[in-house]
Parts: sequence; C-alpha cells; structure tokens
Amino acid sequence: MNAPLVDLTNSLPLARPELLLAGFALIAVVLGAWFKDRAFLALSVLGVVALLGAGGLAILFQPGAPVEILQGAMVVDGVGVFAKALIALSAAATLALGADHFVRTDEQRFEFPIVVVLAVLGMFVMVSAQDLISLYLGVELQSLSAYVLAAWRRDDSRSSEAGLKYFVLSAISSGLLLFGSSFVYGFTGSIRFDAIAAAIGEGAGGVGLIFGIVLMLCALGFKMSAAPFHMWTPDVYEGAPTPVTAFFAAAPKVAAVALMARVLYEPFAGLEDQWRQVVAALSAISMVWGSIGALLQTNLKRLMAYSSIANMGFVLMGLASGVAQGPVASLIYLALYLPANIGVFALILAMRRNNQPVETVADLAGLAQKRPWMAAMFTMLLFSIAGVPPFAGFIGKLLVFSAAVETGLVWLAIVGGVAAVIAAAYYLRVLASIWFAPSTAQLQPASGTIAITATVMAALTFPVLVLALGALQTWAEAAVRSSF
Amino acid sequence: MNEMFAGWPLLSIVTFMPTAGALLILLARMSQRGDNAGYDNGVKLLALIVTIATFFMSLFAFAAFQWDAPGFQLQEDIPWAFGASYAMGVDQLAMSLLLLTTFLTPLCILASWSIEKQVSSYMVLFLLLETLMIGVFCAQDIVLFYLFFEGGLIPMFILIGVWGGERRVYAAFKFFLYTLLGSLLMLVAIVAMIVMARAAGIENPSNIQGLTEFAAQGGFSPDIQIWLWLAFFASFAVKMPMWPVHTWLPDAHVEAPTAASVVLAAILLKMGGYGFLRFSLPMFPDASHFFTPLVFVLSVIAIVYASLVAFRQLDMKKLIAYSSVAHMGFVTMGIFAGNEQGIQGAIFQMLSHGIISGALFLCVGVVYDRMHTREIAFYGGLVHRMPVYAAIFLLFTMGNVGLPGTSGFPGEILTMVGAFQVNAWVAAGAALGVIFSAAYALTLYRKVAFGVIENPKLDGIADLDAREWITFIPLIIATLVMGLAPSYVLDFTSISAEAIANAYAGAAP
Repeated sequence: MNAPLVDLTNSLPLARPELLLAGFALIAVVLGAWFKDRAFLALSVLGVVALLGAGGLAILFQPGAPVEILQGAMVVDGVGVFAKALIALSAAATLALGADHFVRTDEQRFEFPIVVVLAVLGMFVMVSAQDLISLYLGVELQSLSAYVLAAWRRDDSRSSEAGLKYFVLSAISSGLLLFGSSFVYGFTGSIRFDAIAAAIGEGAGGVGLIFGIVLMLCALGFKMSAAPFHMWTPDVYEGAPTPVTAFFAAAPKVAAVALMARVLYEPFAGLEDQWRQVVAALSAISMVWGSIGALLQTNLKRLMAYSSIANMGFVLMGLASGVAQGPVASLIYLALYLPANIGVFALILAMRRNNQPVETVADLAGLAQKRPWMAAMFTMLLFSIAGVPPFAGFIGKLLVFSAAVETGLVWLAIVGGVAAVIAAAYYLRVLASIWFAPSTAQLQPASGTIAITATVMAALTFPVLVLALGALQTWAEAAVRSSF
Repeated sequence: MNEMFAGWPLLSIVTFMPTAGALLILLARMSQRGDNAGYDNGVKLLALIVTIATFFMSLFAFAAFQWDAPGFQLQEDIPWAFGASYAMGVDQLAMSLLLLTTFLTPLCILASWSIEKQVSSYMVLFLLLETLMIGVFCAQDIVLFYLFFEGGLIPMFILIGVWGGERRVYAAFKFFLYTLLGSLLMLVAIVAMIVMARAAGIENPSNIQGLTEFAAQGGFSPDIQIWLWLAFFASFAVKMPMWPVHTWLPDAHVEAPTAASVVLAAILLKMGGYGFLRFSLPMFPDASHFFTPLVFVLSVIAIVYASLVAFRQLDMKKLIAYSSVAHMGFVTMGIFAGNEQGIQGAIFQMLSHGIISGALFLCVGVVYDRMHTREIAFYGGLVHRMPVYAAIFLLFTMGNVGLPGTSGFPGEILTMVGAFQVNAWVAAGAALGVIFSAAYALTLYRKVAFGVIENPKLDGIADLDAREWITFIPLIIATLVMGLAPSYVLDFTSISAEAIANAYAGAAP
C-alpha cells in the first residue's frame, strides 16, 4: 500500500464522478443559501447536468482493470461503472421530472436537487465499496437523504408519515447491517472484502459468520425492498410526493442490487452454498408476495410499490445464481426494467386534473380515447414491466430464468413464472382501465418534460434496448468478468 | 421468379409489412386531429391495401420457395445476443400456415368495416397482430418464436376488451391469463433446453433446427423429455385448445369482435398445432410416445364432449366456438398418431378449419351487424329474405360437418385413417364426433335459415352487400378447391409431414 499522500493523489483522478457530485452539492448549498428558492430551477438543471456528467466521467475514465482507491476503501471496476451509469441516468431523469413537477405545483425548494445529488453520491459510494466501513457509509448517506426526500411535503401528514416510517424501519435495518458487519469482522478478522474472502478461503467462520452474513443480507434486502423486508415500501411510495417516489423506484434499486452483488460475489464468494438458500428464498418470497399484494391495490403508487418488490425478486433470482450467469442477468434486468419504471412514473405524474394529482387506477379510465399516445406508451411500459414479449422487460426475465436454470434452481424459475402470471393480472387491470373503461376524468395535457421522458423510455423498452441487447450484453459481461 | 427475389429478406418483408402499415396509420393520425367518418374510411382502406400487399408479398415468397425441397428455406439469420439470433425460415408446414394468415387478414379487415369506435387504434392493433402471427410461423429461433407467440396476446387482449361484446373485459382477462400461464411454463422449458444445448456445445443453441438435431442425437434424455413435453403441452394445449383447458375459448369468441373471432379461430388456434408439430414431436419423441394415450383420450373427449355441448348452445358464436374445440380434437389426434396420414390430416384440417371456421364467424358477423344479436332463437327463416346468404352459410355449414367435396372432409378422414392405424377405438370415438357435428351444425342451420319468419324484426333484413360478397368469394373458392382437389395442398405439405413422421418413427423406442 502506498503512503497516504501518494495514495490520495493517485486516487483523486479516479474519484472524479464522486468529486463532481460532492462539489455540486457543496456549491449548490451556498448558492441556494444566497438566492433561496429562486435558484430552484437553475440548481435543478445544474443537478441534472452534474448527474449526467458524473455518469459520463465514470464511463469515460473507466480503468481497464479494477483499481482500488483511498487506501482500498473503494474500488473502480466494471460493475461499479455499469451501476454508476445506470444510477446517474435514472437519477437525472427522475430529477428532471421532479423539478418539472415542483415548478408546476409551485413547491420550489432549492434543497431538492441537492438532496437528490447527495443521495446519488451515497449510491456511488455503495456500488464501489470495498470494505465494510465504506459500505455502511454509502448506505447511510443514501438512506439519510432518502428520509428527507420522503418527508419532503412536511405539511402533508401522509408525506411526514412516510418519512418517519421510512426512517424508523430503515434505522433498524441499518442496525442489523452494523450488527452483521461486526460478526463478520469478528469471525474473519478484517473489514476488507478481499481479506474476508481470503479468511473464508482458509476456513474461517462457522455459525457466527453465517449469522453475520444473514443479518447483512436482511439489511440489504430491506434497502432494496425485498420481501419479507418490504413493509415500508407501499406506505413510503404512496406517501412520498410522486417525483420522489419515481426517484426511489429507480436509482436506489440499482445501488442496492450492485452492492448486494458485490457483497455476495466478493467477500462471501466462498460461502456460495450458504447464502444461495437465503437469496433464493428472498427472491421467491418477493416475487410471490409482490405479485399477490398488488392484486387488490387501487392506488397506482402502491401498485407500483408491489410491482417493484416483485421485480426485485426477479433480480434476486439472478443474484442467487452462479457468478458465471447471475450478475450479468441481474444487471441487464435492471437496465431493461428501470426505463419502463421511470416511464410509468412520468405518466403517473402527467395525470393531473385541476392541477391536482390523480393517482388511482380508476382515474386512468378512458385514457385510450382521450390520449391514445399516452395510452399506447402506458401499454408498452406496463407490458415491459410485466415481462411480456416483445418488450425489453421480457428479455430480463428470460435472462434471470436462464441463470437460475443453469444453476439448477429450476424450482425458482417456475415460481417466477407463476408469479409473473399473477402479476400480469394487475398490470392488465391498469390497462383495462386505460383501454376498456369509459372516460371519466378531464385530464390536463402533459408537460414537455414528461412527454419527452415518457417517449424516450417507451422507445427504450421497444425497440431500442431490444435491438441494442448485444451491446448491453458485451458491456455487462465485460464488467462482471473484470470485477468478480 | 427465384432469380428476381434472390437475396431479398422475403420473410422479413412479409412479416413487417403490416407493421409498416401500422406506422403509416399512426403518422397519418398524427397529422390530423378529430375523427370524421371520411378519415376513418381512409384508415380502413389503408389497412386493407397494406394487408393485400402483404398477401401478394407472401405469394412472392411462395414463388421463391422450392416447394419440393425439404427443410427450412428462405432463411435469414442475424445474430442478436446471448446466443439467440433473428433467424427466419419456413418449411412447407410453416409456409402453408403463413399463406393462410396473409390470405385471411385482408378479409378480416373487410369484415371490420362496420367498426366505428377508435378506428385507427383498431386497425393499428390488427396490423400489429398480423405481424406477430406471421412471425410465429416464420421464426426459426426458439426465442424469436416465443417473442412472436406471446406478443400476439397483447393486441388480441385489447381488441377483445375494447371492441368486444358485453362481457368483454372478463373474456379478455381470461384469454390473456390463461394463455400466459401456459406460455410461461413453456418459457422455463425453452430456457432449460437452451441451457442444455449450450452446455453440450451446440453452436447456436436456440435455433430450432439446431435444437431438433440436438434432440435427434439424444440430447434430451427420456426423463427430461417428460418434463419439457409437459411444459410445452401446457402452452399448446391451452392455445389449441384441448379439453379441459378450452374454457377460455367460448368466452373469448363470443365477446370478440367478428374479425378478432376469425383471427382467433383461424390462426391463433393453429399455433398450438404448429407448436406440437414443430417442437413436441421432433424434439421430445420419447415423451410424445409416452403421452400419446393421454392426448388420444383428451382428443376424443374434446371431439365428443364439445360436439354435445355445441348442440345445446343458444348463441351462434358459442356454438361455432365449441365446434372449433371439437375440430381441434381431430388435429391433436392426427398429430399424435405420428404417422404420415395423421400428420397430413392434421395440417390439412388446420388449414381447412382456418377457412371454414373463419367463414362461419363471418356469417355470424353478417347477421350480427344487421340485428346486433347472436341468439339462435332470434333468427329463423332467413332463407326467405337472404337467399344468397343462406346458400353461402349452407356451404360452410357443410364444410364444418365435413361433407365430401368441401375442405372439411379430407382432413377429418386422414386424421381418422392415421389414428386407426395406431388405435382403432380412438378412430371410432372420433367418428362418433363426426356424426354429432352433423347434428349440431345442421340444427343450427335449420333454426337460423329454414322455417317461416316469425320475428317481425327480420322483415327488413337485407341480403349480402357488395363488400360482404367480396369477403366471401375467396373463402368459397378456397373451400371448394381444397375439397375437390385436396392433392394441391396435400402434395405440398406432404414434404414436411413425411419428414416429421419419418423422424418420429425413427426415434420411436
């Protein structure tokens, strides 16, 4: 290991994306304090630029082989860059949607872009964590920002409730994470991932280590809202302002999944047989419960919450599989799933009547007659999330099924198949409202930002990502091969 | 002809021509606001032209097709990702079903002329549906096949749900979820097959040809075949539909708009039979042998039971829907007889049923457009007011019964000949079904067409107009030609049938 100063000077160029985000947040706070809420729009635009810039920098300065930085606390590698790019893109899209929304509702508070960027900074740390401390730091920075965002409408009881609920439950999971980490540290003698892996390779561990791993997996399951640690999700999704929900449903999922992949395949790779059962169980429960739970929801945001639980189950199916197939399948699943999810939230944001948001399934009635284009996009996006071909989401499902079958988890693939049918029922319910029901509501026209976002996301689900699958595969495979 | 189109991706052109038409309609829609009647007629005309052009394009593909050469032809192959590729190719079996699809779709568009609600959306969905249906028969990659196979559910779901009858939402959900459950089990099986083939070092593990060769070398052990066969069966049996998973069909048929009913009966049901012939028999011969008794029993039950149920129906469409279930019983029976006659009969029956059941749904559509009811008791004595209609309806009823001289006959007789060689009792049971089919079809005809007009509402009912004439003439010609000179079709399909039957016999334990 290099001397601290040398290490620092070597590290900083590789930490450009993180530095950009941190720099933006610090400068924006000052600007915001000076200009107050007048700066909202400008800061939001700058925030989008900073996020896109961070993603671009991550891709642009990707080292050929993994490089550890900051005394080995973090790593810059393929999986990290892949995740950062996804996080930056989805966060930028949702920040743009959110800014647009808050301008129209006249809730321009300049802190919004700053908190979003800070959350993204936390996620960047999460996905490049290389020891237990940076892992925890990243998770907490992301979570703390998320609590604030959930309670963004502090005068609104539902929003405050969402924030509080999220905070309390998430704090418990953070406690579990720390507790589990301490076990891992205690039984392997290190906080560094490579040292933990080496210790496990030499036969360290036993029940105590397993205990620690399970606790850590539970905490990470909570962060990615996998059942049975999903209870906060529907309430927070419903209570938080819709743009915030859109943000929650996209970027943090990538961070949590990438982190989970890193934890599973780096320090604990030697204990594959042990954690596979846990992850497979999390996956099966999430898929089934996410699908069943959504059946009776009338609120679109709650429905999307359960949908995201089920989809995290499918991602976990990939992670439960072997390293050869699993991480690639999960990463591509996310890349194909997120655009559809963001697109749906953009369309939910577009549903407004008398400047009031409408967010129940019944409110969509007759959309196909009033706005055939929006209905068509809604249809594409929902079928993509449901995993019906020929949309991109289907390919994601195909890949995780393939990974599971190849690992011998055929039962998990069958559970996933059945869950997907159950899930299809509620996506169809939304579509039935859009297409079959007579029109009731007079909806306001969508803003330009929403229209563009939704169109781009719909185009991504079909045909762009379907056609570009080969390139995506090359990228994801190279990333995973160089990292794990 | 062969030289003229050398190097053209003919199958892709045929497949995506309707999509291009759909985009054209969307563009036209964007440039104009409001929907006045003249504009709607323009959209209908555009859709008609596109589908007719697609039909001619498929004829060009047919001309470029060497009709007596075995194996896949007109192949295209563009690598995609994860070992899958955009591979297209047809053999005689697929070609004949492809022609059936492109032949029927323009007629469906003509039959949709009475649609007034959201015309552009309807036509766009219909054209997309055509692309997906053609794709199913052209796909030579198993993932691509699944993409088309499953994607067809989406436009059909919306077509039934928006333009359907009273209980359309229920029917649309039932249709979608029923078929999806079967299909997802098949998807898991497809994934398993690809994984196994890849592990064995097959170069392109998702290519149907590659998989068939892999299976022929014993790539799938008999134990695994059982499970794979069951998973595929779950999908195709629902699609077919076989008893007892047929219950979605009467609902979907009754509620769907006329043209969607036609497509459903004539083409979507054939995907089940096509799947059995393309996957189950060649890839899982051991399991197919093992399960043949099961399929026979289910087929005979379907034939007899559905015929009896059809006899008691009060709704014309429902009656025809149950008769479809019975006729599909002949198809499964013929396929799993596994000999050349059986398979030939099954293919012929599929083509013939496509034309006849499609025509029968159109016949129902004609009176439904006028009277807005499909209740059998409402009608009676139509022969007095609509003599031409009555004559045409009679022809197709006879075809449905399987009268020699119509296309219904050769398929039924061949499947029974095929089944007789394997199990005489099965053929006997199916023959019983033929008698029943005469009973329900003729009863329907008697109640609707004969007798005196008792319902005063029928006094003013008009006979066929020019558009309906044009719709029916191609169907009449096809029915009679296929009935009087079946060898045109049989000689063509025999090349595929022989290949499948020989491979199946060769792999028999």
